Amino acid sequence: MTTDNHSKEIAPLSDPGIPEHVHRRTDTDPKAAKKAERQVAILFSISAIGTILFVYSYTFMSGDIFVFLPVMGSTNAKQLFLGLGMAISLFFIGLGAVHWAKMLMPDNEIIAHRHEFRSEESDREDFVKTVKAGAEAAGLGRRSLIKRSLGAALGLVGLTPLLLLRDLGPLPKDDFTKTSWKAGTRLVTDPGNRPIKPSDLEVGAVAQVLPELQPGELRKLENIGKDAVLLIRIRPEEFQLDAERLSWTHEGIIAFSKICSHMGCAVALYEQQTKHLLCPCHQSTFDVTRAAKVIFGPSARPLPQLALMIDADGYLVAKQPFTEPVGPSFWERDSA
Amino acid sequence: MNFISRYRRSKFFGPALLAAALFILGTTYSVASATTFKAVTPASDKTTLVAEGKELFARGCSSCHGLNAEGGSIAPSLLGVGAASVDFQVGTGRMPMADMSVQASRKTPVYDEAQTAALAAYVASLAPGPASIKSADLAWERSGDTAQGGELFRTNCAMCHNFAGQGGALSQGKYAPSVMGAEPGQIYEAMITGPQSMPVFSDKIITPAEKLSIIKWIKSAEAEPSLGGASLGRTGPVTEGLLSWTLGIGGLIGVAVWLASKAR
Repeated sequence: MTTDNHSKEIAPLSDPGIPEHVHRRTDTDPKAAKKAERQVAILFSISAIGTILFVYSYTFMSGDIFVFLPVMGSTNAKQLFLGLGMAISLFFIGLGAVHWAKMLMPDNEIIAHRHEFRSEESDREDFVKTVKAGAEAAGLGRRSLIKRSLGAALGLVGLTPLLLLRDLGPLPKDDFTKTSWKAGTRLVTDPGNRPIKPSDLEVGAVAQVLPELQPGELRKLENIGKDAVLLIRIRPEEFQLDAERLSWTHEGIIAFSKICSHMGCAVALYEQQTKHLLCPCHQSTFDVTRAAKVIFGPSARPLPQLALMIDADGYLVAKQPFTEPVGPSFWERDSA
Repeated sequence: MNFISRYRRSKFFGPALLAAALFILGTTYSVASATTFKAVTPASDKTTLVAEGKELFARGCSSCHGLNAEGGSIAPSLLGVGAASVDFQVGTGRMPMADMSVQASRKTPVYDEAQTAALAAYVASLAPGPASIKSADLAWERSGDTAQGGELFRTNCAMCHNFAGQGGALSQGKYAPSVMGAEPGQIYEAMITGPQSMPVFSDKIITPAEKLSIIKWIKSAEAEPSLGGASLGRTGPVTEGLLSWTLGIGGLIGVAVWLASKAR
């Protein structure tokens, strides 16, 4: 072999092994160890002071003292020191324990070799023998009455979770598609329950409305969640609607479901100058002049519009129920 | 003192003494607490007020709103906005605007009270509109109902102004300002005039009595101390989340680095 041949090969690196263990200063220098011990003791003492602070503020501090903190502003002193006391007492116990372990507890490096997971053959045989002996002693083979009744009991226990599944139902039927709005339902203020005349709303005005309650009827929360409507009045010439939607408005008054078609938040942030409706949850923005067309954000379709007209007494009423389900999408919903 | 000793055993003495004491107490109190009424502007002064306002308007406002308040490309017409609108916009310092940003914000007013009144009188003289509201004229403390105000606020105001009245973001850099620290009269004027992005809340939709309740609720929210510890601006999950993500997770990362470092 010539040296030329050798130059192309790289000599294999020898295993460098584990670097030599360097002991901490606390292991070699008794002075450093003493210092670390003191540090741990100080950390534990700070924790004790935290507990005393907690007990003191819980027991003796009055609840109406306020202190000013630079970023937090005016803060209730009792709550502040309760929290601080508990935080200090817990955090410094942990800090001291970790510091103790890191600086003073034994610093030996131990190598634990991997071994096979399978148990020794003799252990496995012993185990089978023990189980068999136990079963024999309990009489599982002989006492079939116990075996069968136990089987029946366990089987019945298994049924209970299946029974609980029933609580996932019943199916909502038309709860998703129907609201309380019917043809001729009066629009009333929320709160206040007063019917509204077109003259009550100036241009630029809004009203949060709900369907009128019949005498003796109570307002249900789950109905408010579907029925909430926002009434807006703008100048009629600002509408850019087709003939049908325009016929659903009255003298510039237009009504939309307040339940966002994205995730069902209440869309009621109406910007009077831009005529935009903004949903506070995900910033879906709807253009009121174009039948709540989505102009920004994640919402997939406009807010449902409620057709309006005037009843014999001159109050605003719904001309017909909502023509589409209000609120977010669901599986059975027609996406059209 | 002769007649006191003569009549003090009479059965009318007690009631008479009570009436006299109440009368003295009442008159003393009303004299002591009396405020000098501002002279009501007589009819002849009204025209000078309008003239003064017109001059102020020509100098300070007409460059944007037009010489006759007819509006321009960068500013709306002020015909029919009424004295209430002027009093709100100028009285809170929103107008004149400091810069051409998307929204005029509350700042130290440029015009003093008399000048604001003159401007309001001038704009109101152009076309009818809602009259300005003085805080002192509103009996919100006596007539308002805090609980009702809270319910009204949550339905009608909280979506923009936050559930604790701290304000919130709108689209494109616009925002609903905090209502904390706003004068009762200004809150009332904002509701009836609908300044900037805010819609109008007509008197039939939220009655004047209900408006006073809203003001009372805002004032009680303003005075309410934060008994549960740090309020973090009362803006809910935004500041709470920010704080726990920056301070909480930051602190945990610091602890993790320290835990994994080798002791020397």
